[in-house]
Amino acid sequence: MTERIKAPPTRLGSGGDKVFRGIIIFLALCIVAIFVLSIYQLVSGGWETFSKYGLGFFFTSGWSPAKDSYAALSFIASTVLTSVLALIIAVPLAVASAIFITEYAPKWLAEPVSYLVELLAAIPSVIYGLWAIFVMAPIIQGWQLQILQNPQLNAIPLLHVDIPSGRGLITAVLILAIMVIPYTASISRDVIRLVPRDQREAAYALGATKWEVIWKAILPYARAGILGGVILSLGRALGETMAVAMVIGNRAALPTSIFDATATLASVIASEFGESGGLQLSSLIALGFILFLLSLVVNFTARAIIAKLTPEGIKV
Amino acid sequence: MTASTPQKVILSAQDVAIYYGTKDAVRHVNLDVVSNTVNALIGPSGCGKTTFLRAINRMHDVTPNTRVTGKILLEGEDIYAADQDPVTIRRRIGMVFQKPNPFPTMSIYDNVASGLKLAGVRDRKILDGIVEQSLRQAALWEEVKDRLKTPATGLSGGQQQRLCIARALAVQPEILLMDEPTSALDPQSTARIEDLLGELKKDVTILIVTHNMQQAARVSDTTSFFLIGDLVEHGPTDQIFTNPKDKRTEGYITGRFG
Repeated sequence: MTERIKAPPTRLGSGGDKVFRGIIIFLALCIVAIFVLSIYQLVSGGWETFSKYGLGFFFTSGWSPAKDSYAALSFIASTVLTSVLALIIAVPLAVASAIFITEYAPKWLAEPVSYLVELLAAIPSVIYGLWAIFVMAPIIQGWQLQILQNPQLNAIPLLHVDIPSGRGLITAVLILAIMVIPYTASISRDVIRLVPRDQREAAYALGATKWEVIWKAILPYARAGILGGVILSLGRALGETMAVAMVIGNRAALPTSIFDATATLASVIASEFGESGGLQLSSLIALGFILFLLSLVVNFTARAIIAKLTPEGIKV
Repeated sequence: MTASTPQKVILSAQDVAIYYGTKDAVRHVNLDVVSNTVNALIGPSGCGKTTFLRAINRMHDVTPNTRVTGKILLEGEDIYAADQDPVTIRRRIGMVFQKPNPFPTMSIYDNVASGLKLAGVRDRKILDGIVEQSLRQAALWEEVKDRLKTPATGLSGGQQQRLCIARALAVQPEILLMDEPTSALDPQSTARIEDLLGELKKDVTILIVTHNMQQAARVSDTTSFFLIGDLVEHGPTDQIFTNPKDKRTEGYITGRFG
């Protein structure tokens, strides 16, 4: 019989394990604490507003620092509206770029394109804002001037122009759309790459064309992941502050035309926070709380939808 | 051979070679397949049998850098001729893969109907009829007839593979290619699928790649032995397994290598 080889004695006892465990738990609790603390700060900061207006603050419009009277509905609506419109523009482009990169582009083209798309996410939002002011706003102003010269067009409610400033809902929506493309695009690209080869081949073997393989086999398989990317984009769009504040016009009212100036939760906080106090400050913090809630709701809904859409058998 | 109709060569490979880049994976294969038979392709891993199988329905077209030379005649027509559409070819030559690969977002019914819908069949009655017929052919109908609208992924592995067989049969191909269709299944599910093949060949000609020599011996009428890219020997299964002409075939089937 050969002699059994003994494992060398461990350098540290289990003490190291305990210390590490303690550190990890502490760090994890820190995150929970930060979360709870932000809720507390937002609620206590906005308390003056909540106690004065109650639930009415959420469900009425009419924000007027001049009359020292505040309400949140128009900001909530504008926030959701700009974000959803931006996604309607961005998602088809993003998914198309993901499909191009994964299924059509030759390798020498796929890598640079995919890198450029991701680079869009690395540009600071103030740069987008500047670009929107100096490049997009003049173009949109041009459209507005044309509409103003044409009374018939101007009579169409959705296209009505009040002030041809080039700033307003449409400008914010377009810049937001460009800003959120990389999130949906890069996640879609990754999940499309993860679709197993045998799924593609199953469709090819049934006599599917390339387009049908993408449409019937790849996209359905990847749909939960793509939706995850869309939700991430939605989260970004809801909270985007700088670029939106720079071009949306900051008018506390619901837009009735795509050219109307309006304001989102984030943009009004950014534009009024500096010179506010008293009830106005409290109301801005209350708006912050609403934005926080909105993001939470979006996240939880997204998780639920993704769980439902993920085909059984490929759940992780 | 058990085919009662006069023997007809449905598929004929003539001097087929397949290249991955510059490497030749399969060389100069000549093989005739008689209709309504089960034909086993055997050989050790990497011998080119799967590569050859995938050339028959032009599956290599979708992998870059793969090239097929020579001719593969389906009922006398070269499927690699310039005027042939791979999409049409694949409707005539179905395929079942190593791992069951139902479409996970589709119901059992939609999986079976997927090929027909791709072919443009919209009539509910026709779809219903062919779905039932295909599931019966795949010996799955009795097990799933009450839950056709439930997700395909709710089935067991063996059932999923029979579903994939039904899906392939639904477009009524002339030839069915099976790439180690039981390698991911338990012995019981394997036996069910093997039993099926005998029935299926009444309607369709089968080429099956298998690692399992007992399987080849049990289910096939003819056997082709591949080794490092060459078709070493092809003949009636009985003869290949009892009286192989080539030393290498004998070595493989008696388990000396492989």
